[in-house]
Amino acid sequence: MSEHMAEPVRRVAWPSNGLSEVPFRLYTDPEQYRLEQERIFKGPTWSYLCLAAEIPNPGDWVATTIGEVAVVVARATDGAVNAFVNRCAHRGNLLCLERNGNGKEITCIYHGWTYDLAGKLTGVAFERGVKRQGGMPPEFRKDEHDLPRLRVAELAGLVFGSFSREGPDLETYLGPEIVGGIKRVLNRPVHILGRSTQVLPNNWKLYFENTKDTYHASILHTFLTTFRINRLSMPGGIHIDESGGHHFSQAKLDYAAEDADYRNASLRSDTDMRLADPSIIESIDEYGDQVSVQILTIFPGMVLQQIRNAIAVRAIRPKGLDKTELEWIHLGFDGDDEAMTERRLRQGNLVGAAGYISMEDGCVGGFVQRALQYNDADSGIVMMGGYDAQSQPFRSSEAAIRGFWKKYRALMGE
Amino acid sequence: MDKIALRHGVAELLAAYAECIDDDRLEEWPDFFVEDSRYLITSRYNYEAGYRHGVVYAASRGMLRDRVLALRRANIFEPHRYRHIVGTTRIGKIENGIAEARSPVIVVRIMHDGEMSLFAAGRYLDRIQVDAEPYRFVERLVILDSDKIDTLLVIPL
Ligand code: FES
Ligand SMILES: [Fe+2]
Repeated sequence: MSEHMAEPVRRVAWPSNGLSEVPFRLYTDPEQYRLEQERIFKGPTWSYLCLAAEIPNPGDWVATTIGEVAVVVARATDGAVNAFVNRCAHRGNLLCLERNGNGKEITCIYHGWTYDLAGKLTGVAFERGVKRQGGMPPEFRKDEHDLPRLRVAELAGLVFGSFSREGPDLETYLGPEIVGGIKRVLNRPVHILGRSTQVLPNNWKLYFENTKDTYHASILHTFLTTFRINRLSMPGGIHIDESGGHHFSQAKLDYAAEDADYRNASLRSDTDMRLADPSIIESIDEYGDQVSVQILTIFPGMVLQQIRNAIAVRAIRPKGLDKTELEWIHLGFDGDDEAMTERRLRQGNLVGAAGYISMEDGCVGGFVQRALQYNDADSGIVMMGGYDAQSQPFRSSEAAIRGFWKKYRALMGE
Repeated sequence: MDKIALRHGVAELLAAYAECIDDDRLEEWPDFFVEDSRYLITSRYNYEAGYRHGVVYAASRGMLRDRVLALRRANIFEPHRYRHIVGTTRIGKIENGIAEARSPVIVVRIMHDGEMSLFAAGRYLDRIQVDAEPYRFVERLVILDSDKIDTLLVIPL
């Protein structure tokens, strides 16, 4: 018995201390997946919870997840945002069953225990028994059974939570460059234009890596080149934080030249494939910096996307070893006029489960997962653009993926 | 307007539409719409919340042609087909030559290797031009009961 307990947890072996060879078993091993839940999602990391705009009023709550753990985010009467586990202290029942709601307190449907909006246990049904019979023992103290709380932090209208008491605060965790990248996009109050969830038949890491993979974009997604759309785009760069876990990549576009190009398109008689209705890409330089694409990732599972005027948050939610839910939250800004809203909605065709330049990402992870089935003894190669995880002024690189593994290995103790 | 003839015309349009997609004659699919048409795939959740975003958001017949061209020439996905089962249509208001119609629908997805799954359930909310032959959609909203989409959506619903 004691022998078994002393046995170290089985690990996936890495070929070296480098970041450029990634064992395939990391995507297929159930024990690895379980450890990730403990060490990454419940570890010293910050996970996206919801938009502050989803819980504007006291009493508003949203039920969500960090890793696979069910949590509730609620705005208390004092306006503070709290987060706690969505699990009754009594017998472990799921407290909030719906996606969102509003109320003065949260009542468990099972035996009626009640909690306030900070997760404090406020009521135990029949605590003193019925007709002086039954009831809780006298030494039972409600204040010892509050729901485990998370640390909460808000940045540019995004609410994050952390299970860790010791980890760094959110802005330290992200680093100044990433914070700047977030604030650049979310520079004014947002509202939701719509949401959808794409169910991916693969391990969560395959999708998160994909969003950091600036190498594949023009190869896997051929829409832009087929329709000769990004001809006027300018190469950008990759910015990676010190820990490696977060990044953003940028590309610029000569918006004015593109606009002129479309207006002249009808005058030309070339045989290029052209969009019959190019209004899905008609865009304006709303940030005034010519950055037409900024993909920003926050370890372990959030993406903030600006593709032209299509703004979205993507939350990556692991749902088992080989299943991931990708939640898309499409955003507009409060000052948008009707033309701007319509523009964002049309550009919405570029992204999401049916997105012209994103749909392939929905299937490619599943192809990898399938190929690794009982064939996972080797390692993948992540050497494009070198061996380290530094920021780079070009995008045909896998540096941001190496950054992911740097952070991953540090947290997993590998 | 002759109610029975109208009912027949609408039923014929809906059946022909589903057959066109299921037979992979997608190049003909935009012809079921008038030039100045709207086609939207969204979820009940978005629809009821008043959210205007659609996973597919087409504001013209040109956008439908682009969808087909992209699917044939640009996008990469595993080959698959659909089988639409369209339930009984209820016809609502008829005004200015446009009839409203609501129909439940389920779509089975059949992958190239034979794997089958229930891909979508929902309803069509249609506005159909019925004062000229052939009947055509002025607007087709596909309101899916679930907001989860398995893997990807490339063939129109
Ligand atoms: S499980 Fe919640 S009150 Fe019993
Ligand atoms: Fe991609």
